[in-house]
Amino acid sequence: MKKTMYEKIWDSHLVVDVEGQAPLLYVDRHLMHEVTSPQAFEGLKLSGRKVRNPHSILATMDHCVPTKNRDQPIADLIARKQIETMAENCLENGLNLYDMKNPNNGVIHVVVPEHGFVHPGMVVVCGDSHTATHGAFGALAFGIGTSEVEHVMATQTLPQKKSKTMLVQVNGELSKYSSAKDIALAIIGKIGTAGGTGYVIEYAGDAIKALSMEGRMTLCNMAIEAGARAGLVSPDEKTYQYLEGKEFAPKGANWDLALAYWKSLPSDDGAVFDTIITLDAADIAPQVSWGTSPEQVIGVDACVPAPESFDSEGKRKACESALAYMGLTPNMPITDIKIDYVFIGSCTNGRIEDFRIAAEVAKGTKVAEGVTAIAVPGSYHVKAQAEQEGLDKIFIEAGWEWREPGCSMCLAMNGDELSKGQRSASTSNRNFEGRQGKGGRTHLVSPAMAAAAASAGHFVDIRKL
Amino acid sequence: MQPYTKHESIAALMNRSNVDTDQIIPKQFLKKVERSGFGIHLFHDWRFNDDGSDNAEFELNKPAFKGAKILVAGDNFGCGSSREHAPWAIADYGFNTIISTSYADIFYNNCFKNGILAIRVEQDQLDALMAEIAANEGVKFTVDLENRSVTTPGGNGFTFEIDPFRQGNLLSGLDDIGLTLIHVDKIDQYEAQHKLAYPWLWV
Repeated sequence: MKKTMYEKIWDSHLVVDVEGQAPLLYVDRHLMHEVTSPQAFEGLKLSGRKVRNPHSILATMDHCVPTKNRDQPIADLIARKQIETMAENCLENGLNLYDMKNPNNGVIHVVVPEHGFVHPGMVVVCGDSHTATHGAFGALAFGIGTSEVEHVMATQTLPQKKSKTMLVQVNGELSKYSSAKDIALAIIGKIGTAGGTGYVIEYAGDAIKALSMEGRMTLCNMAIEAGARAGLVSPDEKTYQYLEGKEFAPKGANWDLALAYWKSLPSDDGAVFDTIITLDAADIAPQVSWGTSPEQVIGVDACVPAPESFDSEGKRKACESALAYMGLTPNMPITDIKIDYVFIGSCTNGRIEDFRIAAEVAKGTKVAEGVTAIAVPGSYHVKAQAEQEGLDKIFIEAGWEWREPGCSMCLAMNGDELSKGQRSASTSNRNFEGRQGKGGRTHLVSPAMAAAAASAGHFVDIRKL
Repeated sequence: MQPYTKHESIAALMNRSNVDTDQIIPKQFLKKVERSGFGIHLFHDWRFNDDGSDNAEFELNKPAFKGAKILVAGDNFGCGSSREHAPWAIADYGFNTIISTSYADIFYNNCFKNGILAIRVEQDQLDALMAEIAANEGVKFTVDLENRSVTTPGGNGFTFEIDPFRQGNLLSGLDDIGLTLIHVDKIDQYEAQHKLAYPWLWV
C-alpha cells in the first residue's frame, strides 16, 4: 500500500493497538518547559512512578524568563518559584536542562533543533502547542496537555487517535518580499483556524522545498494555528545538512544508517491524502492579521474587511467583535494602521534568518517616534550568532532594544507586554484578545514587515520600499 | 478523577465562536505549580472589570447561570495553546460538560483527562439548544453519559457519539497511566526492537 509520511511514522511507532482502547504510540523525544510540567512531576511523584527514559527528555526555561537584567533574581515571585521548581524536578529526575544561565538556553522550539535533538521519522511531544515546529524535520511532533506529559514520562507512550491527512501544496515561487510566515498566515486565512482540526498537514510543493530549515520551522510552527495536530515537511538534503555534526545527530556508522532510514520517509508517489489544498506562492502578498484570530488576516495592500463581506453569520459577528476590540474601522487601508510596539522573536520567528532579514530592513533607519521596538533572540546561540554578524549593532543604532532570549512578548508571561489599547506589529503566532497584555492589540506579520513598521510607525508594503 | 454520573444541571450559554485558551485562562495565571485553584481565574479578562468587580455584561455572571455544570458554546471551542490549565479552570469552576459543534484537538483531549465530557453536536442542534437557553435562562438539561444522551425540557434532546474508550474512562474515573501500564511488557518489547532498528536514538 502507498503510504503518506504520517502513516509511515504512525505505523512504525505503534506499540499496542487493541480493540476498545486508543492505540498506544511510542514517543522518541519529549521536550519540556517550566509552565506545563510542574503538575506532571507532582503527579508522577504522588503515584510513586519514575521517568522511564530520562535521555529522551530535553528541558529549558523560556516562558517566564526575563529578557533583561538576567543577572538579578526574577522579581515576580510566582514565576521565580516556577523556575526553581523546574530546576528541582530536572535535577531529581536526572534530566538534561538548559537553565536560564546555561549558554544553550532559549525558547524550547528554537533550542531543540540547534542541538539536533529531533530527527526525521521521530515522534516528538511537548506540553506546548507549538511543538508542531519540529515537523520541519519530517518528525511527527505535536503538543500535549500536562496529564499527557506525565503519561509520557511514566510510559514513553501516548494513547492517540489516528489523524486524517491533509496535503497543502504550495506551488510556484514566493516573491522575495514574502516569507514562510506569509505562507503560514495565507494558509490559515484560506482554511480557517479550525480548517485543520483532526488532520496532520503535510506541506509540499516547490515553494516549500525552496524554504530554508528555519522557514520550514516557521511554517510548521503555525500548523496548530490552522487547528492541525501537526505539520510535516519531507526531509531532504537541506534537512540532512542542517543536522550533520550537531550534538545529538547520529555520528559515524549510525549516520549512514539514519540517513538510509530518513530517505525512506517521504510520502510514496500516489499515496492518498484525505484532503488536498493548493496555493500559488506567487499570489501570497506580505500578510498582516487585522483581527483577534490568526484566520483574520489579509495582504498588506488590502483594506480592513467589513463584517458584511463575510458569508456566514458567525464570521460577520466575529469580524464585528474583532474590529471593536482592535479599534479598527472597515475598509481602512492596512497601511494606515499605526503601531506603538514592535516585537521580533518567538518560536515562530526568533531564529537567525529572521534577525538577518529584519536587520537588513532596519539598517540605517530609526524607530519612529512613540514606537518601542524590541528584538528578542530565540536562544543564546541565535543571539551570539547575530552579534558575531553585527546585527545587534544595526538594531541598537536604529533605536531598538536588543534583549536576552525567551518567549517574551509572544505570550507576555514574563512582564514584556502591551498596555491597554497599545498596538503591536508582532512576529509571533497568536493575535488573541489579551495575548500580549490585557487590552493589547496584536497584528501578526513577518520579521521584514515588523522591521519596516518600526521605522514608519505604521504598516508599509515592503514591496514598495 | 471522579467518575462521571448522570446529572440534571443548569446549562449556561456562551454564544461565541473560537473561544481560545488565552481567554479561558489568561497567561498571568499559568505560573502556579499546583493543579488546583484555577476556577476563580476562569475567563478572567471577560469576567471581571478592571477594578476587580464582576462584569455584569459577561454571560457567565448572569445569576440564572449560577451553579451551571453544562456549558453550551460556539464552534472551535478551546483553540490555541496546549495549557491544561484551561480544563483545570473549567472543571474547578464547576463545569463537567461542554456542548459545541467542534473543539480544538489538544483541548478536547485535555478535557477527558479531567473528567470533563465534551459533546459534539451538529450546528442545527446547537442552534436549538442555544435558543432554548436564551428563551429560558436557568433551564436544566439532563446528561446521561452511559446512554450517550442529553434531554431538555424544550424537547431538544439528542444522542451523541463518543469514543467508547473515553466514555469508559469517564464513567469509571480511571487513570490513563494505569491503563497503559497494563501493557508494560509490550512497551518493553517494542523498545528493545526500536533500539535495534534505530540505534542512533540511544547514544
